[in-house]
Amino acid sequence: MRVWKFGDDIDTDAIIPGRYLTEYDPRELAKHVFEGTNDAFRAGVQEGDVIVAGRNFGCGSSREHAPLALKGAGIKVVVARSFARIFYRNAINTGILPIICPEIDAADGSSIEVKSDEGCVVVNGMRYAIEPVPPFLRKIVDAGGLVAFAEGLEEVETCTGSRR
Amino acid sequence: MAKTIVEKIFSRRCGGDVAAGDVLMVPVDGAMIHDITGPLAIHMFHDMGGKRVFDPQKIIMLFDHQVPADSISAAQLQQFMRSFADEQGIFNYDLREGVCHQVVMEKGRAAPGEIVVGSDSHTCTYGAAGAFATGIGSTDMGFVLKFGSLYFRVPESIRIDVEGTFPDFVGAKDFILNVAGDIGADGATYRALEFSGGAIRSMDMAGRMTCCNMAIEMGAKAGIVPPDAATWEYIGSRRPMKPFDLASDEGAAYAEWRSYDVSDLEPQVAVPHNIDHVVGVGDVAGTPVDQVFIGSCTNGRFEDFREAARVLGDRRFSENVRVIIIPASREEYLKTLRAGYIERFVEAGALVEAPCCGPCMGGAFGLLAPGEVSLSTSNRNFRGRQGSTEAEVYLASAATAAASAVAGEIADPREVA
Ligand code: SF4
Repeated sequence: MRVWKFGDDIDTDAIIPGRYLTEYDPRELAKHVFEGTNDAFRAGVQEGDVIVAGRNFGCGSSREHAPLALKGAGIKVVVARSFARIFYRNAINTGILPIICPEIDAADGSSIEVKSDEGCVVVNGMRYAIEPVPPFLRKIVDAGGLVAFAEGLEEVETCTGSRR
Repeated sequence: MAKTIVEKIFSRRCGGDVAAGDVLMVPVDGAMIHDITGPLAIHMFHDMGGKRVFDPQKIIMLFDHQVPADSISAAQLQQFMRSFADEQGIFNYDLREGVCHQVVMEKGRAAPGEIVVGSDSHTCTYGAAGAFATGIGSTDMGFVLKFGSLYFRVPESIRIDVEGTFPDFVGAKDFILNVAGDIGADGATYRALEFSGGAIRSMDMAGRMTCCNMAIEMGAKAGIVPPDAATWEYIGSRRPMKPFDLASDEGAAYAEWRSYDVSDLEPQVAVPHNIDHVVGVGDVAGTPVDQVFIGSCTNGRFEDFREAARVLGDRRFSENVRVIIIPASREEYLKTLRAGYIERFVEAGALVEAPCCGPCMGGAFGLLAPGEVSLSTSNRNFRGRQGSTEAEVYLASAATAAASAVAGEIADPREVA
């Protein structure tokens, strides 16, 4: 899987500019993904490619159009040193796997292998440890996203969860 | 165990002893949706098999980002939301009231001790009312519309103690930009910022809203000012509610503790394209600007316009600058109008628009061309946020914005006024 390398603080306005938010079909949004900030990505991205980014990926607006635009472009996995909070949840909810990998370093165009079961990603033979998805979000991922998780439920039990 | 105000809010809601790090399904007291992220939330609600929303009274619906509709697709989304409101019995403020966060606050829809979510990142603004408020995405909002609850990880807090007296023409926006420069764009990720100290106590609600509004720019989940007399007075005039004690315990555990003294603070400016790239106004004074925008949920209130009018005096804005002034709500518009400031701004050459987000998000009007420079009182200067990715956006207070609009270049309000 090809790596598309991005830096720190990639914001959701960069991922999908505000003027396209009347659209929410992933494929339509993908036509404008990173418009003006990384046009090479939009032109060259292939199904299954992986974004590798620095710190605070997805900061800014709560627009779920951002993970949807990435999804429409064929991205299923984003590996970053850290994520902005809202983007992280939105990614999981829309079916993109956000992988926190604090030490990740990968050149643009290199190939990457994600080994979630082994708790690492592999770039050029180097293994980088990844942080596990928090258990409460794991349930959502395992259900196939929040929609699938919610569909079968009539109500939820409140004030339950994990306490220390 | 000693608790922060955030831990207390969750403990009150869920009973028992909730602490930072707990992950709980928590019922919310309010849920706000607007014209941009609302339609997708409604679709998600339907996809989740939702038929009736959990409680129409707790849902706050309004349109502010693209109003009046600036395209047929925006009009259709608003039409779609109106019919959902009708069908579900949700009261819809529609496009009448203004920018979502200002409206939630002034309608008293967020109050001390409450937990409020909104499908907009600046929902953290309501921390000024002593609420725990946070922005969520549309799918999470779909879940909230159906169940009235959401999974929360109770955040650790960063305590920000602020003392001293603001110098003339320096205020809440300068302070919070200064903090953002220190903490960085991701320095508060997953945490809550708790503001306290004498300078916060003597700050008006408008200033507290500015501080809490920008918590998200440091990655925070929420910003909060523990309620005091000013909070209760603000809330009490908007909904019947009896004051009660809600404060952090002495000895509560904080992830970090920072102290500020604002007595010598200079006007601050965030320079393109990072919110945490913050300098004193002197460092960028003289930079020519093409557009000045005074408005948004950060600084579109009466107090901001009063400050702008004070800097402007009886002069005109520079003819080289397009000055766009947008009160954040109908209420703020009327106050500003009645004080005579709107007339003054129009006389001075500004365009005054009806309450809405305007150029803040680059979605509707007031977009920038490649190579243009804008100074804005809003909260984000990301590349492309207000139009072309080749444009540059500086962020500052309303006083600095007015000074720059008069001078035609970034200017220090203390020198221009
Ligand atoms: S004024 Fe700007 S930041 Fe505030 S809600 Fe509108 S677009 Fe968002």
